[in-house]
Amino acid sequence: MIYARTLLGALAAASLAGAADADTLRWGAPRDIYSLDPYSYGDSYTIAFLNHVYEGLVRYDADLEIEPALATEWEVISPSLWRFTLRDGVKFHDGSDLTADDVIASLARVSHETSPLRGNLPAYKSATKIDDRTVDIELTGPYPLLLNDLTNIHIFDAGWLEDNDSELPTDVGNKVEGYATFNTNGTGPFTVESRVPDSKTVLARFDGWWDTPVHNIDRIDFMPIASSATRVAALLSGEVDFTEEAPVQDLERLMADPNLTVLERTDLRTIMLGFNRKETLADGRENPFNDLRVRQAVELAIDRDLLKKRIMRDKSRSAGTIVAPEIPGYTPELDRFPQPDADKARALLQETGHEGLPFTFVCTSDTYVNDEDLCNAIISMLTRAGFAPTLEIGPAALVTPKRTSGLSDMYMIGWANEPMLDSYSILLQMIESRSGTAGVFNWGGWSYPEIDALIVSASTEMDREARLALQTEALQIAKDEIVMLPLHQQPITWAMSQKVESVVQLADNKVRHWLTVLAE
Amino acid sequence: MIAFILKRLFNAVFVMLAVALLAFAIFGVAGDPVELMANEQMSQDDRDALRERMGLNDGMLVQYAKFVANAVQGDFGMSWRNGQEVIGLIAQRFPATMELVLVATILSLVVGLPLGVLTAIGRGRWYADSLQFVSIIGVSLPSFVVGILLILVFSVMLGIAPAFGRGEVVQLGWWSTGLLTPSGRAALVLPAISLSLYQITLIMRLVRAEMLEVMRTDFIKFARARGVSQRVIWFRHALRNCLMPVVTMTAMNVGALIAFALITETVFQWPGMGMLFVQAVTFLDFPVMSAYLVIVSFIFVTLNTAVDIAYAVIDPRLREAA
Repeated sequence: MIYARTLLGALAAASLAGAADADTLRWGAPRDIYSLDPYSYGDSYTIAFLNHVYEGLVRYDADLEIEPALATEWEVISPSLWRFTLRDGVKFHDGSDLTADDVIASLARVSHETSPLRGNLPAYKSATKIDDRTVDIELTGPYPLLLNDLTNIHIFDAGWLEDNDSELPTDVGNKVEGYATFNTNGTGPFTVESRVPDSKTVLARFDGWWDTPVHNIDRIDFMPIASSATRVAALLSGEVDFTEEAPVQDLERLMADPNLTVLERTDLRTIMLGFNRKETLADGRENPFNDLRVRQAVELAIDRDLLKKRIMRDKSRSAGTIVAPEIPGYTPELDRFPQPDADKARALLQETGHEGLPFTFVCTSDTYVNDEDLCNAIISMLTRAGFAPTLEIGPAALVTPKRTSGLSDMYMIGWANEPMLDSYSILLQMIESRSGTAGVFNWGGWSYPEIDALIVSASTEMDREARLALQTEALQIAKDEIVMLPLHQQPITWAMSQKVESVVQLADNKVRHWLTVLAE
Repeated sequence: MIAFILKRLFNAVFVMLAVALLAFAIFGVAGDPVELMANEQMSQDDRDALRERMGLNDGMLVQYAKFVANAVQGDFGMSWRNGQEVIGLIAQRFPATMELVLVATILSLVVGLPLGVLTAIGRGRWYADSLQFVSIIGVSLPSFVVGILLILVFSVMLGIAPAFGRGEVVQLGWWSTGLLTPSGRAALVLPAISLSLYQITLIMRLVRAEMLEVMRTDFIKFARARGVSQRVIWFRHALRNCLMPVVTMTAMNVGALIAFALITETVFQWPGMGMLFVQAVTFLDFPVMSAYLVIVSFIFVTLNTAVDIAYAVIDPRLREAA
């Protein structure tokens, strides 16, 4: 017994000794970053984290509008040629100055043919140095969304890349580890002090940052905790101060704790259903989903507000269009959706002669908020309206090939329009017909020449208002034709202890701790 | 003897090759890693080019042959998820898993042996029966439930042990150990208990059964008739005779614990090989998955072979048979 007591005593002492200083933020993250190299992947989470260390030429402000970062001004010389003026007095973490060479080396690295991030800068052609402070970026043609793309292209130091033989991106097909995978040298508000994958990545305040810091953090301990139950426990026991993914089912418990604050809003990510639109279904039947009335029946069968209430615990936002309100191109008119009516859906289905229509609904079980429950509920709603769907559900790794290859009659997908934050992203990648770089996510294989024409003219329209009008028109046709059937914007739930006085939570669900203030 | 060991080594190589072949057969139907690696903006051409560079367009047998040819030279390739060499990743995680497994094994012996003796000699008494009953719960509770319960009680309610992570570690060459720092030792407690619980009940039940059997034998009766004290009979004469199967099972089960550790590591965010593997699976990181499977099967085979050789040394009949 005495032994047991000393053991407990030692444990208590140990956990107290582990308590961090007042100006350290302990961040319990849902997952680890893949690499310290922002060009290693197109993974938005890794890029968003590395934004604490690296920065782009421009960035999003608190209203998700673009503001100057490493570039102070820019000028469109001709629709395919942009001139950027770099900020004075920007230092990298190793002390070297930001110059035009750094921007050129970074752009060359990110657009190299083996760069996994190349798609994030689609219109890039070349960059030329005008002088130390000025860079010209030439594009393949008129392209209005260059600034949006550049928010996520982090700038490296040219000399550092050269010294460490990292001018080319690290290629996973190759067998050489990249220096930038383990080391950093950015211009951002924090430096990387140490990193042990899956355990802890420590960031320290960078005193030479060009911007006036809003934050008062000296050190960030970034600790991934993959199991959400454990993450909640760590928050309740005071081992972490902040998490950006508090499970929806635990929110009540977290809110009941007087030491914790929960911050909620809806995401940019819109969850929607897509249909197989090829001539025939995977099993050879003639495809009934090419009949608009069948798609309308699906929409009428699904009660969005009931899904919101029962599955999403009232935290989601029912959507009538495939983009969130924060995304340019959205209008409130697009967002209206019909009253659900199972009888009407059944009548419509009878009219087409497809009552009792059997089909497969392919779903992920680990990708979106409560996706498993959501899909089960949709299945029962559709069954009530006279469909005979079967659910095929599994981890994204397993079901994605089925979704992309047209082997599923109906599927669920989410789209956030990252990193572009413009409806052009979803129109180009998902709604446009599949050809060349367009329609990679057009998994159902549909083609609407009328929509394609609108998207193509938007792609070169330099006047923002005119471009958004074209995109809204395309969204309207996509809505009328139910190309994709939007369900809702999923909730974002952050939770933090009293140690955190304020954080900035935007709809893009990215953590920006350079704007976080800790309690004194 | 040498022939016996050679034969065993040959078997070991065969098992590893078979495991790797199975792994590649599974990869063929597991899904498409490129779709998981690529982000929303990656074009179809770039996706196809990436697939080609990763060698995914080759047939399953070609991929397998390449893997074996490289693995023989100690090259397991690069992780697709982290862009790090697989062998380095696994070497980084191996100490964490081994420390957890060893501590859990020691814990299961230290707790399981006395409990087994206690339930055997106290058969029919209330404490022995209730221990027997509790041990059923120990065997049947899945380890992620045990883990969460431990976290709930000791981290959230009592606040005396950390809920996740490995605490501070000290590097001894390439081996990282958490045993030398207070926070490292504290972090080890809950995962080790959670991992050892099943093993404790197993050892307890094994010792109990063996003890009951030994206690019925003539030499115990004889010792009792000679007036040897109960304590000496139990712990010197009876328990010793039970230990052989316990030692065998413990050694063989180290492999099983490494495999079980996968769940414990996920619950406690323990940065070991099991967690590496789980993440590799959700990402379809084939190089990491195949290397992990081969290495774990190597550990299994080695342990089994070591036990077999030990048996052969102890028992001459087995040597003849070989």
